[in-house]
Amino acid sequence: MNLYAYILRRLLYVIPVLLGVCLVIFVLFNLVAPDPAFILLGKHATHQQIAELHHELGMDKPFIAQYFDTVKTAFTFDFGYSWASKQNIWQMIKAGAGPSLSVTGPLFVISNIFAISLALLVAFYRGKLIDKFVLVLSIAGMSIPSLAVVLFGQWFFAYKLGLFEISGYENGFPNFIPYVILPVILYVFISFGGDTRFYRTVILDEAYQDYVRTARSKGLSELKVMFKHVLKNSMIPILTQIIIQIPYLILGLIFAESFFSIPGLGAMTINAINNSDFPVIKAMTILSAVAFILFGVITDVLYTVVDPRMKLK
Amino acid sequence: MSTEVKKSNSLLKAALLKIVSEKVSLIALIIVAIYFGTALLTSLNLVASTWNTSIGASYLAPGADALFGTDIFGRSVATRVIKATETAVAIGVVVSIIAIVIGTTLGMLAGYFGGIIDEIIVWFYTTFSSIPSIMLLVAIAFILGKGTTTVFLSLGLTSWVGLCRIVRAEVMKHKEREYIAAANAIGATHSRKLIKHILPNISHLLIINFTQTFDSAVKAEVVLSFLGLGVVGRPSWGTMIDDSKLELARGVWWQLAAATLAMFVIVLAFNILGDALRDALDPKLKGK
Repeated sequence: MNLYAYILRRLLYVIPVLLGVCLVIFVLFNLVAPDPAFILLGKHATHQQIAELHHELGMDKPFIAQYFDTVKTAFTFDFGYSWASKQNIWQMIKAGAGPSLSVTGPLFVISNIFAISLALLVAFYRGKLIDKFVLVLSIAGMSIPSLAVVLFGQWFFAYKLGLFEISGYENGFPNFIPYVILPVILYVFISFGGDTRFYRTVILDEAYQDYVRTARSKGLSELKVMFKHVLKNSMIPILTQIIIQIPYLILGLIFAESFFSIPGLGAMTINAINNSDFPVIKAMTILSAVAFILFGVITDVLYTVVDPRMKLK
Repeated sequence: MSTEVKKSNSLLKAALLKIVSEKVSLIALIIVAIYFGTALLTSLNLVASTWNTSIGASYLAPGADALFGTDIFGRSVATRVIKATETAVAIGVVVSIIAIVIGTTLGMLAGYFGGIIDEIIVWFYTTFSSIPSIMLLVAIAFILGKGTTTVFLSLGLTSWVGLCRIVRAEVMKHKEREYIAAANAIGATHSRKLIKHILPNISHLLIINFTQTFDSAVKAEVVLSFLGLGVVGRPSWGTMIDDSKLELARGVWWQLAAATLAMFVIVLAFNILGDALRDALDPKLKGK
């Protein structure tokens, strides 16, 4: 199979996966979930009220039609209205994307640069004390529950020491900066362990290859070997790992946003869960799944384009 | 060369010996054993049976009376943290079992039979893993309603994809090996080849996966608690950490500290043990 046929096949595979995702969402929300009439109308609703509501929500249609309604929203992003705030959900998502990105954007950049640099450093000194120290620190960092980090960090650095804003948000650059510094720092701390460990593994994978030994034996300096050969070749898994994180950027940070009162998509999801706001939860599930599928395809296609050794199946 | 034939140890026995011989992994193993032992004792009400009784004033600071202070109802935080070990171990074990059963079954079927069965199973897990686990977790937990069963099921149902992928790839390799051809020649059935021959040869993957799933399940319980979908009716580290969000502003830090510490130690121990097991059981991955 040649490259283009593979890419085409990979792109076409999006269709059954997207249909499958919609099927899971449909089964969860339309078949298994409790009747929304109980949530919206309470216990004392009359039969007529319930029937009217079912009609309004399209629940009196046959299941197959309801399934196609779910599929349709994956393409049109017409998610309808929130039960809690009665707002248009797509408008809510658009409003929440900015604040979410103002935290996740800097976090994405800083945490990756930090983790990759650290991984390069310890890979360079592999087996030495600093390598072991960073490895221990990474594993320890991975073992702390992130909620505890956020709670403690906010209480200690913002409340006790007063170094940062405790919570709040202002729209627009650069007004939001004071409010996002602490959440970004805390999340860099939360993610550094796993990231550093992953990048270290990836870099070490290359460091033991034959061509590296060749480069070394022809007299290249260790620094040159590291940057010109090892880093360049480990770029593919590194880039993959970076791209795969992008869907999370739009999902927002569930803990940080609700504790620091940042009106982003993470906070919106939490509110929806607390209010049993089905349409919003459903919308966020569909939206994030679509983002995951798209970036999954992008990663796969890039992989095959960049790395000719990649076996096509 | 000696003519004597040494009886070789089984892989698992060799791995266990290797873990015990190294200081760090031995300590990790002991810690895990202590936690499991504690969980067993609390479930039999031999330890920490007073977790629900008040021992003093509300929000007593850590001191001689109460090692880790008291909570809002004056109950000892230390006792509750110990009692919560039972919850954590139950979650880690049950979730791992659910995930391993689903992941192994589907992975083996896909890898062994190939063809249309493989296509369907691959499609199924691709679909499942396309929904971010946090959203899937929320959706499942939300629909099943609150309770401990929900925690088990929602975490179990969202944790099997990784293992399923690995098992599928591994079984694909194994079914081409000579020992399966030999089993074929003596007329072994599919189920016999899968369960008697292939499964023991991939069992190390399940053991490694157990340590990882245990860890992530214990950590994910905190997220579920935060979402109000956690365990009810008995203490858990997740609910204790979540409760402390309202207490910190009043200077009550001990509940957060105690629960986080208890969780940190077992997650760390399992992390180390998982790495050691992987090094010992899967030599290809050594040193990573």
